[in-house]
Amino acid sequence: MSEDTKGPGAFAEPPEDPSGFGPHVGASLAERYSVAQKAEGILAPILTAVLAFLVGGLVVLVTTGKNPLTTYQAIFDGSGLNWLFPWVSGVERQTAALNFQQTLLIMTPLILTALAVSFAFRCGMFNIGGQGQYLVGSFFAVWIGSSLSGLNPYVHVIFAIVVAMIAGAVWAGIAGFLKATVGAHEVISTIMLNWVAIWVGMFLFGLGGPLQNGAQSDIPISNDVVPGAKLHVFWGDPEFQGLSIGIFIALAALVVYWVILNRTTLGYGVKAVGFNPEAARYGGISVSRNYFLAMAISGTFAGLAGALDILGWQFHIATSDIGASQIGFVGIAVALLGRNTAVGVGLSALLFAALVNGTSTRNLDPSIFQPELASNLTLLIQGLVVLFVGADVIVLTLLRRIRRRKPAPV
Amino acid sequence: MSSVNASGAAPKAPTEVARQLPHGFRIVAWIGIVLGIVGAWLCLPPITERSWVWSLVVCLVAVMLGIGVVIRGERRFGGFAIASGAIGFAVAYLATLSSTGKLETVVVWSALFAATLRYATPLIFAAIGGMFSERSGVVNIGLEGMMLMGAFFAVLADDKTDSWIIGLAVGILSGGVAALVYAFFAIHLRADQILGGTAINFLCLGLTGYLYIDIYGTEGTASNTIQAIPDIHLSFLDGVPFLGPIFAQVNLMIWLALLLVVVSSIVMFRTPIGLRIRSVGEHPRAADTVGINVYAIRYSAVTLSGMLAAAGGAYLSIGFVNSFGENMTAGRGFIALAALIFGNWRPYGAAAACLLFGFSSALANRLPEYSDSASVLFQALPYVLTLIAVAGVIGRSTPPAADGRPYKKQ
Repeated sequence: MSEDTKGPGAFAEPPEDPSGFGPHVGASLAERYSVAQKAEGILAPILTAVLAFLVGGLVVLVTTGKNPLTTYQAIFDGSGLNWLFPWVSGVERQTAALNFQQTLLIMTPLILTALAVSFAFRCGMFNIGGQGQYLVGSFFAVWIGSSLSGLNPYVHVIFAIVVAMIAGAVWAGIAGFLKATVGAHEVISTIMLNWVAIWVGMFLFGLGGPLQNGAQSDIPISNDVVPGAKLHVFWGDPEFQGLSIGIFIALAALVVYWVILNRTTLGYGVKAVGFNPEAARYGGISVSRNYFLAMAISGTFAGLAGALDILGWQFHIATSDIGASQIGFVGIAVALLGRNTAVGVGLSALLFAALVNGTSTRNLDPSIFQPELASNLTLLIQGLVVLFVGADVIVLTLLRRIRRRKPAPV
Repeated sequence: MSSVNASGAAPKAPTEVARQLPHGFRIVAWIGIVLGIVGAWLCLPPITERSWVWSLVVCLVAVMLGIGVVIRGERRFGGFAIASGAIGFAVAYLATLSSTGKLETVVVWSALFAATLRYATPLIFAAIGGMFSERSGVVNIGLEGMMLMGAFFAVLADDKTDSWIIGLAVGILSGGVAALVYAFFAIHLRADQILGGTAINFLCLGLTGYLYIDIYGTEGTASNTIQAIPDIHLSFLDGVPFLGPIFAQVNLMIWLALLLVVVSSIVMFRTPIGLRIRSVGEHPRAADTVGINVYAIRYSAVTLSGMLAAAGGAYLSIGFVNSFGENMTAGRGFIALAALIFGNWRPYGAAAACLLFGFSSALANRLPEYSDSASVLFQALPYVLTLIAVAGVIGRSTPPAADGRPYKKQ
C-alpha cells in the first residue's frame, strides 16, 4: 500500500507517473491540497461550506416543508452566537451567554481533534483515529483526575493533562509505528484502534470494570474528578458547563501547530514527506521517523482534547457517552474545511461547534424544528463538506490547468 | 482462454511464488490449526477433561508444527497454527478453572454455531462486497454507510408494502445508489477514496437518521408491522443431533451468504469477468491497453459492493432484529473491512474471518455468565486481530496493487 510497492515485485505504475493522476497533478493528497489552497485561497472553503448548507437547507425544505432560513436562524440562536450582537439584551442575552459558553466548550476539543487530523495530513497521512486517541486521552484524564486526591491542584491538573497527551500519542504512535516499519496503512490501523479504544472504555467503566464508580456499583460510569483536578472556570457556572480555561489551551495549540509546521526543522521534514516521500528520502529526511513522529504529535493533540473535556466540564465518563461521542469524527470535517491551516481550523471549529450545539436537543427550539432531526442534519452537512472537499481539490486543479497550462508546483 | 489466464494472471513475483511453492507445508499448518482447536475442545463440553495436561501436549504439537512451517517460509499459515495452539491452550486452561455446570450452560456448541452464522451473515455480505470493490482498485471504507442504507430502506419499503421481497430489493437498490454516488466521486472526479468513503459514511448516517426520525418519530418502528425475511426449514435435519439445531431452521439470507462466497470465488478466479476485475485492480493501464474499459469495470464493481453491503444491512434490519435503530450497524461495516483484510482480499479467507469474528460475537454474548466486563472486552478481539494481521506479524496481507489509486485515461 505504501512502502512495500517499491519491492522487487512492485510493478504498480509506470515510474514517470507514480500517482496515476497524470503528470500535472501532484502525487500525494497533501500536495494536491496545497495546489487547491494556493489556487483559490479562502474562496474554496467558504464555497464548500455554503454549498453544504444549501443542500442541507434543501433537505429541510423537501422533507418537512419548513423554511430552511428560519431553521438555520433557530440553530444560530441555539448556538448562542447571537451573544456577539450588542443589541441582544435582557433574558435573551443570558440564554445566549449560556449557549455561547457551551459552543465554546465544544469548540475546544474540536480544534484539537481537527489538529490531530491536520498534522498527520501534512505528513501525507489520513488520521481517521482522532476519536480513539481522544477517548484514550479522556480515559487517562479521568483516571488520574479522580484519584490522587491529596495532590497540589496545579500539579494534579498538569499531571493529568500530560498523561492524557502521552496516552493519545502512544495510541496514535502505534499506527505511525506500523506505517513506518511494515507499511501498514494508517487508515486501517487507526479505524481498528478506534474500536479497540471504544471497547476498552466500555470494559473499564462498565459494570464490574476496574475503573467503574466505587460508590454506585450499579451505574456504568467513572468516578468523578476531584475538585482539585478541575480546570478553572472563568465564565459561567463552574459546576455545570461553564467555560473553562481549556479554550485558551486549545487556542495556544493552534499557535503551537503553526510554529511546529512553519518554524521548525521537524515541521519542514513532516511537510516534505507529505509532499513527496521519495524526494524527501532522497534529500536525506528519514521518512519512517517522520511518519511515526507526525502520528504521535497528532495523537498528542487528540489526547489533550480528551483531557480538556474531562477536566473542563464533563468531570466523569459514562459508557453511553463513549459509544455516542462523535468529537473525533467531526474533527475530520473541521480539519478538511479549515484546509489544515491554523486559522482555518480555528474558524471552522467555531462553525461546527455552533452547528453541533445549535442542533442539540437542549438548545434548538422544538417548535421551529425537531432537534432529533436537526442533529442528523449536522451529520449530513458534515458529510457533504467532506465530500465536496474531496471533490473540489479536483475541480480546482482542473480549473488551474485550464487557466494556466502550467505544471503544478512541487 | 479463461482458465489459462486465470491461473497465470498477475505477475506479482514474491507473493504469488510464495503462495504456490510450499503447498505441503500449508497442509501441515492446517493440521497445526486443527490440533490447536482440538486442544481447546478437550477441556470443553462434551468431554470436559478436568486436567489440562493432555491439552498442553496437543497444543504444543500444534505450535511446533507452526514454527516448523514458518521456518520453511509459509509465514501466514504457520503463524495461524502457532496462534491456534497458544489460544487453544489458554482456552483449555481457563476452562479447567471453571465449574463443569457453568461450562455446560455457556458452551452449547450447536447454539454457539447457530449464533455464529447469524452474526457472520451481514459481515459476509459486506466483506464480499468490499472484495469486489477493492479487487477493482477502489478502496471502499463506505461499506458501513451502505449497510446502513440497506438496513433503513429495507425496513421502510417492507413496512410500506408488507413484503420482505420488496423490502430487500429496495434496500439493495439504496445501497447501490449510495455506491454509485461514491463511485462517481472516486472514479470520475478522482477524489481521494478515503475522503469519499468517510463522506459516504457521514452522509448515510445522517440521511438514514434524518429520514427515520422524520418518518417514524423518536419512538421507532413497530416490529410487528415488519414482514421478516423467512427462515428455510429443512425437515430432514430435524432430529439430527448437532447439525439439526444449527441448520434445520436457518434464515434464507444465511444460505444466500454462504452461496455468495462460493459464487464470488468462482466469478473472481475462474471467469473472464473476474480476471478483468483483478487486472483493473492490479494494473489499470495495462488493462486499458488490452481494451478493458477500466471505468466501466470499476463502476460496476463499486456499485455491486454497495448492493451486497446493503443486502447485509437489510438482513440485519428485516431478517435479524425486525426493526431499525439509528446507527444500527454499529461498526459492522468496519468489521467487514477488517475481515476482508484479514482474509487477504480472497472470498474464502474473508468468509472465514467473518465466521471467526461472528463466533467471537456469539461467544461474547454468552460470557456474561462468567463476568460482564470480560465479555465486553472480548468485543475488541476482531479489531485487535486485524491490527496484528496488518502489522504483518502473521504474514503480510497484500492488497491489490492499484488499490486506492484513481485511474486517468490517457
